Amino acid sequence: MKRAVNGSTLPEIPEAIRNVVLDVTGRLKEMPGALLPVLHGIQDALGYVPEDAVPLIARELNLSRADVHGVISFYHYFRQKPAGRHVIQLCRAESCQAMGAVTLEKHVKQRLGVDFHQTTSDGQYTLEPVYCLGNCACSPALMIDGELKGRVTPERFDALVAAEAP
Amino acid sequence: MSFTVYVPCDASALSLGAESVAMAIAEESARRGVDVTVVRNGSRGLFWLEPLVEVVTPAGRVAYGPVQAEDVSTLFDADFLHAGEHALALGPTESIEYLKSQQRLTFERVGVIDPRSIDDYLAHGGYRGLDAALRMSSADIVQAVTASGLRGRGGAAFPTGIKWKTCLDAVSTQKYIACNADEGDSGTYADRMIMEGDPFVLIEGMTIAGIATGATHGYIYLRVEYPHAYRALLAAIAAAEANGYLGENVRGSGKAFHLEVRLGGGAYICGEETSMLESLEGKRGQVRVKPPLPAIHGLFGRPTVINNVITFASVPTILDKGAEYYRDYGSGRSRGTLPIQLAGNLKRPGLVERAFGLTLRELIEGYGGGTASGRPVRAVQVGGPLGAYIPASQLDAPIDYEGFAAIGGMLGHGGVVVFDDTVNMAAQARYAMEFCAIESCGKCTPCRIGSTRGVEVIDRLLAGNNAQRQREEVLLRDLCDTMVAGSLCALGGMAPFPVLSALDHFHEDFAGSSEPVA
Repeated sequence: MKRAVNGSTLPEIPEAIRNVVLDVTGRLKEMPGALLPVLHGIQDALGYVPEDAVPLIARELNLSRADVHGVISFYHYFRQKPAGRHVIQLCRAESCQAMGAVTLEKHVKQRLGVDFHQTTSDGQYTLEPVYCLGNCACSPALMIDGELKGRVTPERFDALVAAEAP
Repeated sequence: MSFTVYVPCDASALSLGAESVAMAIAEESARRGVDVTVVRNGSRGLFWLEPLVEVVTPAGRVAYGPVQAEDVSTLFDADFLHAGEHALALGPTESIEYLKSQQRLTFERVGVIDPRSIDDYLAHGGYRGLDAALRMSSADIVQAVTASGLRGRGGAAFPTGIKWKTCLDAVSTQKYIACNADEGDSGTYADRMIMEGDPFVLIEGMTIAGIATGATHGYIYLRVEYPHAYRALLAAIAAAEANGYLGENVRGSGKAFHLEVRLGGGAYICGEETSMLESLEGKRGQVRVKPPLPAIHGLFGRPTVINNVITFASVPTILDKGAEYYRDYGSGRSRGTLPIQLAGNLKRPGLVERAFGLTLRELIEGYGGGTASGRPVRAVQVGGPLGAYIPASQLDAPIDYEGFAAIGGMLGHGGVVVFDDTVNMAAQARYAMEFCAIESCGKCTPCRIGSTRGVEVIDRLLAGNNAQRQREEVLLRDLCDTMVAGSLCALGGMAPFPVLSALDHFHEDFAGSSEPVA
């Protein structure tokens, strides 16, 4: 990856975001190939990788802003906007399709009133597609806030959402 | 008197409520004043029976399943701690036919031991392979792996020993071992089961690879969709370090091997080995042109052995019991065992580790018990989203690398996804192109543009009249040909296989909605 000198001034970003970025980069930047671990660290702490933080990340890792932006946008997992309170990852892959994932997908979208990559208007749920959760023997599958669920029927989904409701 | 009860902590078992079952057992035993130790094991791989609860009795472990939290008090009432009769009783675990008929080498300990306990691993034959390797020369270790006939279990089936030898012969001050744990194929979960159920066997296999090739640092590239496996690996690596099985001086041999887990970012393409290397280097996961081979010019430009989780996990057995022991399983040029993962529409989905050579029919009808829906099997996709769809008429194909290639399929990572007769194969073909378009790394044109054009052509084909359909089909086949021949890696090069197989075997589904064919 091209080494770049980031001589330009950094845009103002909120103190909290700045602290998280500097904490994560401070811990991880000496690792070989540090960018992915750094992005994971920031997203773990903040729930997303703020667009405003890109110049700071680039400077700390001695990369160009384009390098950092290119990596963030390449990987489906990294998000640049905050997600809803809960993130639902719904599996779209073949094994789940064979067990009714298409019907489940329609139901979930209708129930939440959002499409993939969108957040419900009350900020409760962000819906993301995922291509396999490795739960193919218990299809269809979804993950909600890192918790895996198997054999999810529309009814079971409704029960899950009801249980998560604030 | 104290009792030991096993409740899996495997992600699939947890997805069906294993956590609340474990908690209910702990609470119920406390309430009844019985001394019960709940051990969290991996999964035995009998997923239709999960959560599968096992009780240790003088006559061995007996199983109950599928158990839900609300069943727990009735299990105590039925005295399950003494193998009492209950509607969910399955008898001795090892006597369950599904398990009994398997030949578990790589999965020998999965579901049996506590994956968090290195002592349990050692008590079940763990680290004997490494101990044997430490008494051998590098060349002899590589020779043993070559002689075992082990081929890469990630999908490409390249002979592991040859890969290791190339890396061993490469001269460099730094070499790496990289484990591809980006198990992205739908229908596969064997890597996950190993990492969650027996993580030390992967660590041991990678350590042996390091000792054999002179690599001192290893990376496990794990997909971010596997948070349970991530936690299991971190705990196991810490335990291995604390016990001298990893670090500057592995088992007092004077040889160093360090291991690190790196998380991916949800990109399917990073399961392609050169794309994985780019990702490990902190870059966009774009495919590299080969040659140079990663074994010569790999991670950070250094010689690197890249193998799949199952490949590494198969190595300790080979070193411990000998190359012949492993090679004696299997058929033709496919030696050893293959952990096959049954998924999709099946009554009894699960992990079946058997020597190569049994047929798809034996797997689907015998082990799988037919479809979960009770309807006829229509299509089977083997080897993930890039695998061909196999029609029900070809289920007698033997499971080995060459036998499968003969019917235009590929075994890949051993995932078998079954569809019943409600499947619309035109929709599946469209999905294959759509998936390729979403997951393409963008480096080569046939994959990046071809997949998007593929979706469009299929849409036009399905919307058109008879003449238009014929024209679009010629175009689609031509496009597939370009992608197969011109793509840089297997994603664009194989995404046409499900499309073409759907066209060839299920042509009636492409008749379109405007003029339905009777």
